[in-house]
Amino acid sequence: MNEYGNALAGGLLIGLSAAILMVANGRVAGISGIAGRLLQGVQASSGALFVLGLVAGPVLYRLIFAAWPSVTVTASWPLLVAGGLLVGFGSRMGSGCTSGHGVVGLARLSRRSIAAVATFMASAIVTVFVAGFFA
Amino acid sequence: MNSTLLRLVATLVSGVVFGFGLSLSGMLDPARVRAFLDITGNWNPSLAFVLGGAVFVSALGVLVTRRLKRPLFDEAFHLPANQVIDRRLIAGSAIFGVGWGLVGLCPGPALASLSLGLPATIVFVVAMVAGMLVHDRLVDRKVPRQTSAGAGVETRLSQPR
Repeated sequence: MNEYGNALAGGLLIGLSAAILMVANGRVAGISGIAGRLLQGVQASSGALFVLGLVAGPVLYRLIFAAWPSVTVTASWPLLVAGGLLVGFGSRMGSGCTSGHGVVGLARLSRRSIAAVATFMASAIVTVFVAGFFA
Repeated sequence: MNSTLLRLVATLVSGVVFGFGLSLSGMLDPARVRAFLDITGNWNPSLAFVLGGAVFVSALGVLVTRRLKRPLFDEAFHLPANQVIDRRLIAGSAIFGVGWGLVGLCPGPALASLSLGLPATIVFVVAMVAGMLVHDRLVDRKVPRQTSAGAGVETRLSQPR
C-alpha cells in the first residue's frame, strides 16, 4: 500500500481504538490525559494497561510486516528536551493533545476541542515554518 | 467475566489497536509529521488522512454511545462536558503545538515508539513526563480527582462552569 493508503488505514484503526474505549468503557482515548492520570496514580491499572498496549502496537506491526515502523528523529538533544517539556506541559495545561482533542473531541463536535485543535495546528505550523530558518 | 475485567481487557485492546494504527499510519515518524506541518515548504499532506480516518470511525463510536444508556462495561459515561473555551485551553494548546512542531512527536507516538528503544525518543518521553509533572504538581495541582465511584475524573473537564 502507498503512504496515503497506509495513512488512511492507520487512521481508521486509531478511530476504532477510540470507539472501543468510548463504547466499552465510556472513556476518552486521550493519551496525555491517560498518561497524566497514570503519573498521579489515578486509574493507574487501566492507564498502565493502555500504555502497555500502545507500546505493544509497534511490536505487533513488526511481527506482521517483519520491520519496525519508520521513526526518523532529526532534532538535537537540547531540542528533544525542550520539545518534550513543552508537549508534556502544554498537553496537560490544555487538557488534551492530538488524540483527546483531535480524534475524540472533534468526533464529539466539542467546542473546546475544535478550538484546541485549531490552536495547536496553527502553533505547530508556525513553529515548523520559523524553525526552517534555523535549520 | 465480570465487568471490571472486561473493562481492563477493552482498555488493553484499545491500546494495542491505537499503537498498531499509529505504526501503520506513519504518525510514529517525526520526519513525516514535520513534513505534514511544513505547509509552506516541502508539504506532505498524507497524514491528513490519519486524522480524517480516525475522526470518521471515532464519530461512528460517538453515534453508538448516544444510543446507549451506559457504556457496555461501566455504569456511566465519563466524557467531558465542559464547553468553556478559556485561556488555559488556548495557551496550553499553543504551548503543546510548539513542542510538537519542534520535534514532530506528540504523546501517543512518543510512548508507542518506546518499543523501538531509540535513545532520542526515550529522551523526549522523559522530558515529556517531566513537563506533565511540572504542570500537575507545581503549576496546577487540582486537575485530577478521585471520585467516590473510583473513576478518576478531571474536575475541570467534567464540571461545566
